[in-house]
Amino acid sequence: MAAYWSNLAMVTSVVVYLLALAAFAAEWASARRLEPVAAPAALLVGSDGQAIGAADDGMPAGVEADHGRANHRVDLFGRMGLGLITVGWLMHLTGVVCRGIAANRLPWANMYEFVTASLLFIVTTYLVLAFRGVRWLGLPVTLLVVIGQGLAVTVLYVAVAPLVPALHSVWFIIHIVGAAIAGAAFNVGGLASILYLLKSRAVRRERVRGYLAKLPSPERIDELAYRFHAFAFPLWTFAVAAGAVWAEYAWGRFWGWDPKETWALVTWVVYASYLHARATAGWRGKRAAVVALIGLACFWFNFVGINLLVSGLHSYAGI
Amino acid sequence: MAQDTVDAQLDEATEPSGRARRSGTLKAPETLRWLWTQLTSMRTSLVLLFALALGAVPGSLLPQRPVSPVRVREFLTSHPQLGGFYDALGLFDVYASAWFAAIYLLLFVSLVGCIIPRIGVYLGGLRAEPPRTPRNLSRMPEHLALATDTPDGLLERAEQVLRKRHFRVRRLDDSISAERGYLRELGNLVFHVSLVVLLCGVAWGTLFGYKGTVAVVEGQSFSNTLTQFDDFRSGGAFRADQLVPFTVKLNSFVAKFETGPVQRGAARVFRAETTTTLNGATTEQALEVNNPLVLGDSTVHLVGHGYAVDVTVKDPSGRVAFAGPVILLPQDGNFLSVGVVKAPFARPERLAFEALFLPTAVDTDNGGTSAFPDALNPLLLLNAWHGPPKEATGLPENVYSLDTTGLTQFSQDGKPLRSTLAPGEIFDLPDGSSIQFHDWKRWVSLQVSSTPGLWLVFGAVLMAVAGLCLSLFIRPRRVWVRVDGARVELAGLDRTEGRGGLDEELALVADGLGLAPTTPAGAGSTASVQSGEVPTSGVPADGAAHDEGKS
Repeated sequence: MAAYWSNLAMVTSVVVYLLALAAFAAEWASARRLEPVAAPAALLVGSDGQAIGAADDGMPAGVEADHGRANHRVDLFGRMGLGLITVGWLMHLTGVVCRGIAANRLPWANMYEFVTASLLFIVTTYLVLAFRGVRWLGLPVTLLVVIGQGLAVTVLYVAVAPLVPALHSVWFIIHIVGAAIAGAAFNVGGLASILYLLKSRAVRRERVRGYLAKLPSPERIDELAYRFHAFAFPLWTFAVAAGAVWAEYAWGRFWGWDPKETWALVTWVVYASYLHARATAGWRGKRAAVVALIGLACFWFNFVGINLLVSGLHSYAGI
Repeated sequence: MAQDTVDAQLDEATEPSGRARRSGTLKAPETLRWLWTQLTSMRTSLVLLFALALGAVPGSLLPQRPVSPVRVREFLTSHPQLGGFYDALGLFDVYASAWFAAIYLLLFVSLVGCIIPRIGVYLGGLRAEPPRTPRNLSRMPEHLALATDTPDGLLERAEQVLRKRHFRVRRLDDSISAERGYLRELGNLVFHVSLVVLLCGVAWGTLFGYKGTVAVVEGQSFSNTLTQFDDFRSGGAFRADQLVPFTVKLNSFVAKFETGPVQRGAARVFRAETTTTLNGATTEQALEVNNPLVLGDSTVHLVGHGYAVDVTVKDPSGRVAFAGPVILLPQDGNFLSVGVVKAPFARPERLAFEALFLPTAVDTDNGGTSAFPDALNPLLLLNAWHGPPKEATGLPENVYSLDTTGLTQFSQDGKPLRSTLAPGEIFDLPDGSSIQFHDWKRWVSLQVSSTPGLWLVFGAVLMAVAGLCLSLFIRPRRVWVRVDGARVELAGLDRTEGRGGLDEELALVADGLGLAPTTPAGAGSTASVQSGEVPTSGVPADGAAHDEGKS
């Protein structure tokens, strides 16, 4: 019964997230109607999103009124998106919780469950951010969640089943929850890094227009990205270490260069490079952000590529 | 540069010291120092980190000898040229290859070279006072100009306020200089030192540790001596007398598999009931996948299982030529298992049988296969061979495969003779000999290992995580307070990126001093011109994102 409700809630969440994606896309699209603002002024965006200094450019009053209406519309779509993603999150939460009840254990024993649980962490993080002023991550976050959650319910879905003996351990909770939360933070940080690259490129070319103009300054986006990575990195270290402790219990060696272990290390090293890059002259900013995205790519390859293409000790029944 | 280096070294070697050198050349010590500076630079460590990440990749995509030697052989057979090339590069054993070791050793040398001077600096500055107050405070990223009616004692109060906020305070004539966040560098150093300790721990475990595997059939025992292992690997400093003398008897092994429609055949329970003897003390213990036996400094892990068949071979005279369980190797997820029963001492001719065991046999007319991993319909399929007795050469022989040189297969009507036995049944051969399949048993693969220094490895990892948290979450900050008559200046500087809330800190300090801002709040602050964008949110835009990274 719980399994039925879980599946229903998961599928519903995909539909609602899709609607949220549409709303956020409309938010970005309608921002195209905003007048492009001159580059220096683009950095000076007031707390209501209105470009400070726009009136000083000698803009006719009518244009300014249009501008206000367009701005209002952008905000309306943004708030719709936020409302929808909140509803989707409730469905998603229900789905994950019911899955756990149906399986009578924590719901992250296979790819389907890990994806849905990790995405739940991502959406939760986003909602906390959004209600504290960082709603502008809406479009990339929703895009990621729609793709991930959509693939989960269609391709990755497996019916509820008990655990294989290899997973009968308290480290099943510690290791995986660490990896899931760190993964969620890496993803949010990576999305922020993408927006940082877009925005800083626009600033460099002095063509800050559309929704990009409504984003905070590149420095602040970068700072947000850094905070997420800085939060995720120790947690990822911990998750890998917890995995090593578990491996010592289960397989009698704490490190065996299993493909999953190797890529966890590769991911770790790339993110370590990111942190070092930020402290190295000539690597700050754009290059560091690219390193962070390489780290995210490694994380994804470890999860998708290694699970599906390479056989190793981390392959379990039913994917 | 290389030529210069050689020249410099030649100069060193041939010329007595004290003579003038040609200009433009470097002496060997200088060259070394130059190399050392290069190696310990952040840029080099970045490159080495990338190299480490890249270097680790092929080992995850190509089969590796220590893990899957069979797949390496297959690869070499199917791609002889490419395989040979890969082999020459050490790509089939990446993590033991010289170039991989070179990368991580250089990385660690670079790391040590980087942190040792920093440890010196840190220790030297442990009790150092914050630097003097800069002359022009208005140039700082945050600056507040305030007015006070009571300048007397203000600095004392500021000192108290800042100390309460965990600043280290230095009192100067007309000002206060305060700093906090000294633990950041400590965390940074602890993290990097922990990595070195971790490497030492791993090296210790590798040098002095051992790991062996052995297959044990239900009812049989294993003693921890070198000769009993099927496979044994140890470090360079390992001595055989390190092996703790214990025995493990496998009383029974319970394996249960999913019978429901979802994940049918997936493992559900593996549980080995054992009797262990160590130092004369005997205990009954259950061994499970995540629950190893701990015997002295060794641990015994359950790493695999399979089927064995209990058979008796009699030669034509009725004498028992072989009796006992024979271990068969599983070939697929449903435990279709193969092996060989050998009776080299059967007379007049020696006998051998190729065995195929199907725990849940189906489709036996077409060769047969197994449909489920549990033994629901166990059948043993046998081919029989005979041949003249072989001279005992003492050479080791593979117990899992049959070398048919000198052997002839029993056949009937021109076709190989084949028998399908259920437990208890007997296969009578044309020459009068026979083989009886009594029953199946399970065997488990036990891994016995000892890794000294494990506590050091995990202790180092724990320290590394703790150090990492300090170095990433503690953000050093400097605050200054200057009193000049009725004019009070507050200024702040964050010494790391990624930190917000400096303006709030100054506001709180001002508040603690009972001062009201005379300039608009946040004037001169770079933060106040940035967007928070959400007008509906009750939270001020700038304060919004300060703590999300720590949530």
